[in-house]
Amino acid sequence: MAFQVVLNLIIAFMYMFLSETYGVGTFLFGYLIGLFLLFLLQRFIPDAFYLKRIYYIVRLILLFLKELVKSNFSIVKLVYKPKLDIKPGIFMLPTELRSNWEVTLLANLITLTPGTLSVAVSDDQSRIYIHAMDIPDVEAEIKGIKDTFEKAIMEVTR
Amino acid sequence: MIEIIISIILILGTFFIISSSIGIIRFPDVYTRLHAASKASTLGVSLILIGAFLFMLYEHDIVSGKLLLGIFFLLLTAPVSGHMISRAAYKSGVKLWDGSIQDDLEEVKKKIEN
Repeated sequence: MAFQVVLNLIIAFMYMFLSETYGVGTFLFGYLIGLFLLFLLQRFIPDAFYLKRIYYIVRLILLFLKELVKSNFSIVKLVYKPKLDIKPGIFMLPTELRSNWEVTLLANLITLTPGTLSVAVSDDQSRIYIHAMDIPDVEAEIKGIKDTFEKAIMEVTR
Repeated sequence: MIEIIISIILILGTFFIISSSIGIIRFPDVYTRLHAASKASTLGVSLILIGAFLFMLYEHDIVSGKLLLGIFFLLLTAPVSGHMISRAAYKSGVKLWDGSIQDDLEEVKKKIEN
């Protein structure tokens, strides 16, 4: 990804020098031309086209914001409920993510989503222990996290 | 018009912060209280910062990058502190609430102690 960004910047600068007008407008136009060239030549350049990855990052951020708002409403609902009928507990989530960066991101996302709070990560980073506000169905919860967050993170990092 | 929108955003933010404080008092143990502290307050403070950002933008024509950075760092640090406090609580032996129905961490803890 870094390689492609550098290529794109070089193309933008070259365009700016070739057209001999030095300004933000020309630079941006050159950058767009560079994007187009990279898009055409993506078969010959290592790694996937980098705009795709940026698209995945934006999607992950949007997903995160959506879940954050949802979790706030669910916790407010619980706070003002007259009778406290919750069944909290700690369950284990096996994860396929490996690197430090991915596991950190997943644990943080879990903490800010509805009803779950990451308590601990096992030493080999293959399990995350999660405290849930209400665990009627652990399997469904695990599946939900795996389908949304883990998938979204994997799309970004791999 | 914009003043009304800013006021609504600020009031919503305060509402979330008050709710989270009430939650901290009402919930039974450390872990459930952390739920209230780490979630509702992040959105509450973010909304207040967004309100302040809009106010600066429309009343004083200032694009205040500091406020946006504040939101960013808030979202970055709140879950980390929630995680660390709950982890420290569990490691120092704070019991779960009596109504809790499951504890997968307990086995790991026992294994380490043996």
